[in-house]
Amino acid sequence: MNYWPLLGVAAVVAGFALRMNPALVVVIAAIVSGLLSGLSIPDLLTLLGAKFIDSRNLLVLLLTLPTIGLLERAGLREHAANWIARMRNFTFARLLIGYLAVRQILSMFGLTGIAGHAQTVRPLLAPMAEAAAEKIDPDIDLDERERIRAFAAATDNTGLFFGEDIFIAFGAVLLIYGFYEQNGIVLDPRHIALWAAPTAIAAFVVQSVRALRMQKRLRALLERKRGSP
Amino acid sequence: MILRVEYVYWLCGIVLVACALRELRAKRFAHAAFWGILAAIFLLGDAVKSAAAHGAVLPEQIAGVGVIALGLIAGFLRRAPTEESAAEHERRAAGASRLGHKLFMPALIIPFGTLVFTLLQPFVHLGGIADLGRAEATLIALGLACVLATIAAMQLTRSSVGNAIAETGRLLDALSWAALLPMLLAMLGAVFAATGVGEAIAHLTAAAIPVQSRLACVLAFAAGMVAFTVIMGNAFAAFPVMMAGVGLPLLIGQHHAQAAALGALGMLTGYCGTLLTPMAANFNIVPAALLELRDPNGVIRAQVPTALWLLAINLLLIWFFAFP
Repeated sequence: MNYWPLLGVAAVVAGFALRMNPALVVVIAAIVSGLLSGLSIPDLLTLLGAKFIDSRNLLVLLLTLPTIGLLERAGLREHAANWIARMRNFTFARLLIGYLAVRQILSMFGLTGIAGHAQTVRPLLAPMAEAAAEKIDPDIDLDERERIRAFAAATDNTGLFFGEDIFIAFGAVLLIYGFYEQNGIVLDPRHIALWAAPTAIAAFVVQSVRALRMQKRLRALLERKRGSP
Repeated sequence: MILRVEYVYWLCGIVLVACALRELRAKRFAHAAFWGILAAIFLLGDAVKSAAAHGAVLPEQIAGVGVIALGLIAGFLRRAPTEESAAEHERRAAGASRLGHKLFMPALIIPFGTLVFTLLQPFVHLGGIADLGRAEATLIALGLACVLATIAAMQLTRSSVGNAIAETGRLLDALSWAALLPMLLAMLGAVFAATGVGEAIAHLTAAAIPVQSRLACVLAFAAGMVAFTVIMGNAFAAFPVMMAGVGLPLLIGQHHAQAAALGALGMLTGYCGTLLTPMAANFNIVPAALLELRDPNGVIRAQVPTALWLLAINLLLIWFFAFP
């Protein structure tokens, strides 16, 4: 067994630790791992080029940008924020828990492309969450705002990851099924999907409790600000 | 006419060319080169692949040089200064109150259009559309929905194509190299797989644990899933490796774990790793750029508690339910 290509992993770790540009780190790691496995330079270039071309599907989110950009220019984010600000019983925690529930349920039915960081988090959820937090404290600082935006993105990821596994036609279930089949264990895909349910429920509970705690913390911060003017 | 997924890539290429030309006019040459090379990969990718299928590897090697060039240029990208003028601010506020909920419409065309086109696809007996694979059909559906949404947004906001390109350029500039990272990481994953990094890790893990202890095997399996997902940025890459190295021979073969439960919970344990790693760029680094966070790891930081809780819960589930 050739252990030398593992230095490609070490290159990734070192590059991130040294805070080098991540894109450059990844390219260097690919070159290190390829050369140490004994690939010639022409073969390595072929591998890099071919695999990069094969992953073009990952940048198709680019096509959502014209729409989102034009709508933002016309005030989409402002409108989303105003809308939340007007609705009295739509609190910060309710907004995020509601989004989480919808995202998880849609993912369970395989409708994963319906939301996402470009499509929904940046133009809608993040400004709504900020507006909901402003209802608690109208002048929250930038650190707190960024924490809220990051939490909105985290909520989207949590809903997606721990919802889609229950969908039997989803890649993960098929991958597990296919792996076992190749190794002579034939399972019912529905059983695999069923075993994802407890974690899906746990993910909903954990993230919801965190949203409630974040709301509580915002209120506590305001109290403290008022207490010591 | 036959709809093919390449058309979606060509559309991406055209958008990238427009953004590259915009940067060129602003005399930001590093940016123009960066988006220009990427545009070439999208526009010429299929020609390169068909050349490779006919035995000509030179175009793929040139693409490989292009990838290295992208990595080298990435460090030189700087965000264009955005002056938030009062007029701009006023226009957005005015637009928000004038258009109201109508602003949601074009944004909703993207998800619902994708959904409708995907659902209709098996019934369209025209130009071979019904024979497309699921992944390709979804991409084409997304592409079509995005075109419709852009037209709707231009109509609604009375904007020109020039405005649309300028706005795309602005968002792309905010994303910068983070936009490229998912593609680069997918490439790195393929390189790791081709060079045997996965087998080496599984080999080392299996050699390092006391195989008689069920607890040690469960912990090694879970830790391996998380660690390998953190390295590869993808639980799908980690799963076959850790299953082949530890899951099948030790947990199922020796300790008689139940296959369905172990498979599902093992994969979900990997997902906890996905929440923790900058290598899962499209979930963790791209949104930090999109949301204009100063800390590129801000989203990961927000996910740490969720990931650790779910990891603990998964371990308990495996321990108590995966063994008969």
